[in-house]
Amino acid sequence: MRGTNESADGRSNKRSISGHPIRELYTPEDLDGFDPTQELGVPGEFPFTRGVYRSMYRGRLWTMRQFAGFGTSEDTNKRFKYLLKQGQTGLSVAFDYPTLFGYDSDNPLAQGEVGRCGVAIDSLADMEALFEGIPLDKVTTSMTTNAPAAMIWCMYLVAAEKQGVRWQDLSGTIQNDVLKEYIAQKTYIYPPRPAMRIFTDIVSFATEQVPRWNTVSISGYHIREAGSTAVQELAFTLRDGIEYVEHCIRAGLKVDDFAPRFSFFFDIHNDFFEEIAKLRAARRIWARVMQDRFHAQNPNSLLCRIHSQTAGVSLTAQQPYNNAVRVALQALAAVLGGTQSLHTNSLDETLGLPTLESATLALRTQQIIARESGVPNTMDPLGGSYFVEKLTNELENTCLEYFDRIDAMGGMIEAIEIGFPQREIQQASYEQAKAIERNEQIIIGINECAAEESAPVNGLVIDEQASARQCANLRALRDNRNHSLVRKNLADLKKAAAGSDNILPFILNCVRSYATLGEMCDTLRSIFGEYHEPDFS
Amino acid sequence: MEEKKIRVLVAKPGLDGHDRGAKVIARALRDAGMEVIYTGLRQTPEQIVIAALQEDVDAVGLSILSGAHMHLFPRIMNLLQENKMNDVLVFAGGIIPDRDVSKLKEIGISEIFPPGSSLQGIVNFVQSHVR
Repeated sequence: MRGTNESADGRSNKRSISGHPIRELYTPEDLDGFDPTQELGVPGEFPFTRGVYRSMYRGRLWTMRQFAGFGTSEDTNKRFKYLLKQGQTGLSVAFDYPTLFGYDSDNPLAQGEVGRCGVAIDSLADMEALFEGIPLDKVTTSMTTNAPAAMIWCMYLVAAEKQGVRWQDLSGTIQNDVLKEYIAQKTYIYPPRPAMRIFTDIVSFATEQVPRWNTVSISGYHIREAGSTAVQELAFTLRDGIEYVEHCIRAGLKVDDFAPRFSFFFDIHNDFFEEIAKLRAARRIWARVMQDRFHAQNPNSLLCRIHSQTAGVSLTAQQPYNNAVRVALQALAAVLGGTQSLHTNSLDETLGLPTLESATLALRTQQIIARESGVPNTMDPLGGSYFVEKLTNELENTCLEYFDRIDAMGGMIEAIEIGFPQREIQQASYEQAKAIERNEQIIIGINECAAEESAPVNGLVIDEQASARQCANLRALRDNRNHSLVRKNLADLKKAAAGSDNILPFILNCVRSYATLGEMCDTLRSIFGEYHEPDFS
Repeated sequence: MEEKKIRVLVAKPGLDGHDRGAKVIARALRDAGMEVIYTGLRQTPEQIVIAALQEDVDAVGLSILSGAHMHLFPRIMNLLQENKMNDVLVFAGGIIPDRDVSKLKEIGISEIFPPGSSLQGIVNFVQSHVR
């Protein structure tokens, strides 16, 4: 059965996954008045539509960066070493929920969660074990940490120091995008305004002391996964970026000192051309924002450098092997869109954390695109396509309309406080669910070609003892520290948080004395309070 | 006389913030004419059972994507029993491996709906299984 929205001659409108109308043919008329010099340029030049670098993948392939973490530091260290041996070129740490919320592993709220969705990190000792035998001046590490990013990053900095690596030689990324936590991912700790103060403290510290570090990965991924459309993902992410720039400038930083270290993170969903156009539009919009709105002079301030991840939400538990094909198409879209790094999901992620075999297949998918397909040989190969350019223009225009609406609310924090992006996403996700329900949007294995039985997948089994080992190690650590030093360092941190000093040096002192993540986060909770989401439904 | 509306508590145990599924289900059940109470994020088993008691619900839908279900679901089921709420229909959804499904059914969870489950299927299930 064909969808009812299609007439016999197939001429009626189709829609993208985001509900954007898609015509059967695009012609030169769609680009009437379009000036390629203005709108496209060449890769590595304003407005960067075609790519942020002059040589793109001929110069260097994208970084293959698979997100990994489970159990204790030792468990994850083994997986990291395996992935590096398989040809992965960067590390990406997944933390468990207690770590994302700044709870120690023996906190009652952490029960059942330790090491489940990522690795458990309680103190510097765990961070040292996580990177044992991995030279931190040779790899770049991305860490998905937001509300407690300052604490986790300081642990990484001290772990590097202990390996004898200088901070100026370190490179990597902390996600550190707190705004999208309130909008979508919901792993917030502090209310938005103090969270922005921690953010600017991190950026200011990094600018001076860890100049090659990417201080934020402004993330659309979670916004999209929570159910937004492609253009909402684009608009809320870039508007979050504007908010961060404004706050850093207000904190006294110069735009060209910090903006080159901002990076972005987008979701790559099923709609192939819409996703390619989204990445192209993102680069053009950001370059213009940085030039026109913030008068950036440094060309590197204009670059929207992108990490991409294939869409977890597009995967199905039914007929899970179909997911490998979805991931391959999404990965291809990310590469055609000019991503700087890429995570490909594993086919079994709707059922749990990936097994070693499925994680390896996901990495191989990238390697096949990179080495066999020929796709990376030519930059922005879809540039100039009537369809892709038209779609890029339309996404840009709708995104700018969202900017106007959010500007009129007073900015992104104000928009979040009244629940604007949250409601937009809820509405979009419900409409998408209904479109699938009505068979207007087809998911193979769900509402077409559904089968009663599908081949089972195994799924990773997390060692039940990991949590007990983690808690035992934590108790031993607490017994063997210089207690008065820990107390003093935490008291100093509290004073700094209550005042206006940059809190990073105080966190570093706490970390060096093996204060736990929970102790540091609680200290800041006592000053900043905790965020509780209002009911926006 | 109008039939009494089915009352459902949609609850998010565990620390994960993935509330898309829970909110979509809550709305689908509401659109199907049920009274739906959504707990919000990060509820402990105790908080969920207290809410179920206070709201006098016919059914509880649990949504979890953090992997802690084998720890939290048995606690919720025990607390429901302790509070003599054996007749409340409990169903669940989220990232739940196949190997855990039979164990969860043994402790009294009527059905597990994985990602990709049909909304109408869940609505029908609740309507036909509430006692």
